[in-house]
Amino acid sequence: MIDDASPLIAALALIVRLDPAFLGIVGLSLRVTLTAVCLAALIGLPLGALLAVSRFRGRLAMIVAINALMGLPPVVVGLVFFLLLSRSGPLGGFGLLFTPSAMIIAQASLVLPIVIALTRQTIEDLWAGYREYLQSIGMGPKEAIGTLLWDARFSLATALLAGFGRATAEVGAVLIVGGNIAGVTRMMTTAIALETSKGDLALALGLGIILVGITLLVNALAFGMSRIGVRHAG
Amino acid sequence: MPDNLNPAVALSVSGLSFAISGTELIHPMDFEVKSGRRLVVLGPNGAGKSLLLRLGHGLLQPSSGQVHRNDRHLPGRRAHAMLFQTPVMLRRSVLDNVTHALAAIGVPAAQLRGRAVEALNRFGLMGLAERPARLLSGGEQQRLAIARAWALRPDLLFLDEPTAALDPSATRLIEAMLADLHAEGVTLMMSTHDLGQARRLADDILFLASGSLVEASEAERFFNDPQTAQARAFIAGDLVW
Ligand SMILES: Nc1ncnc2c1ncn2[C@@H]1O[C@H](COP(=O)(O)OP(=O)(O)O)[C@@H](O)[C@H]1O
Ligand SMILES: [Mg+2]
Repeated sequence: MIDDASPLIAALALIVRLDPAFLGIVGLSLRVTLTAVCLAALIGLPLGALLAVSRFRGRLAMIVAINALMGLPPVVVGLVFFLLLSRSGPLGGFGLLFTPSAMIIAQASLVLPIVIALTRQTIEDLWAGYREYLQSIGMGPKEAIGTLLWDARFSLATALLAGFGRATAEVGAVLIVGGNIAGVTRMMTTAIALETSKGDLALALGLGIILVGITLLVNALAFGMSRIGVRHAG
Repeated sequence: MPDNLNPAVALSVSGLSFAISGTELIHPMDFEVKSGRRLVVLGPNGAGKSLLLRLGHGLLQPSSGQVHRNDRHLPGRRAHAMLFQTPVMLRRSVLDNVTHALAAIGVPAAQLRGRAVEALNRFGLMGLAERPARLLSGGEQQRLAIARAWALRPDLLFLDEPTAALDPSATRLIEAMLADLHAEGVTLMMSTHDLGQARRLADDILFLASGSLVEASEAERFFNDPQTAQARAFIAGDLVW
């Protein structure tokens, strides 16, 4: 394909031409990762808030465990879900292995501990300041969760962006459960990993540029979010 | 134990004590807060004023004894409310801080805004309605805390050193607002370590030291004819503990 001609120029051409295969990979990546983050948010925000306001035996152990899960290697998560979803595995009957659904599940599992841990920390800090007042107007811990999640929304959005960042950047989990099948489960990171070794540097570089762009955008959003948070909420 | 007290008594405390992990911080005491009066809990730092107000409001549970409030439970209002030394402001606008409190006590959604606006107007805060509450000055925050409590239409208001963190002009404003609340018939139970404030505001005094109730009497008598050596020393400006 490309000999000495700069792969960078070919990569830029892919982006500018809106190459359909290229766009397909970017689109699938975004769809999988956004869905995974939404799933993790749906479960992780209330769970993290609940963990922040409730007191029960084993709570500290649970917090430590969830913090540890944040550092889980993606390949291990991929391996676990590979075993669970493979035909002979306990969830094999659903036929999800090597589908986008499998990648969504794996990524959601990677993001979930981040969302829970950051939500727990954020809500616990807010709750420390709010507790007596909310109790004073008749709101116990459970009733307070809605108020706390709403008032922490700008910080929590930053937590979700952090989760999105981790999911966008990871290769191992989606490679193992997705299989990097062209047009079906080929994501940006898995494509880069494989195309680089196959020598299609243009595609790899083009996707790399998009990934860097997304990372920049996510960070800019997080920064803007905290500024908006201060302006609106103090 | 129904709260079927004499309506002339807003709060009645008997044999009340409070301990944390075996240390008794409030020693057994009895007293009453008469309806419509301003009772000032006076005492040096660490005397137990904040603990006592929290026990009265129900934020803390007594280790022994009873707290009876003459709560009238009516829809759309809360029988008693509390102001804290450092106002707790939600990370919302001034207006939303009030509507949130009203919603929390079950005021129907259709009435939230009207009642919140009424409270903000009443305390001269309408001009700040859309500002984030946390960005107000200390005096404005305490004023909002009063407006937010007033919106709940309490019969009894607990105030824990509401002006301790404020400058003299903000303090004067808050004191004037408390005088208005008193004129409206709200019973006030307020703590202070400031003798001058106690003289200005109190109808009745509870003088605390080291977690014990040292003296309870009408304010005029307390200041003119204190019955205990500790009260005499405190009024004279000596250190008491
Ligand atoms: N949670 C707590 N644990 C242990 N000691 C406490 C706690 N809260 C208050 N105290 C102690 O109880 C005493 C009375 O406290 P407080 O009611 O805050 O005093 P005041 O409001 O009169 O300054 C103080 O000696 C304080 O250190
Ligand atoms: Mg205090």
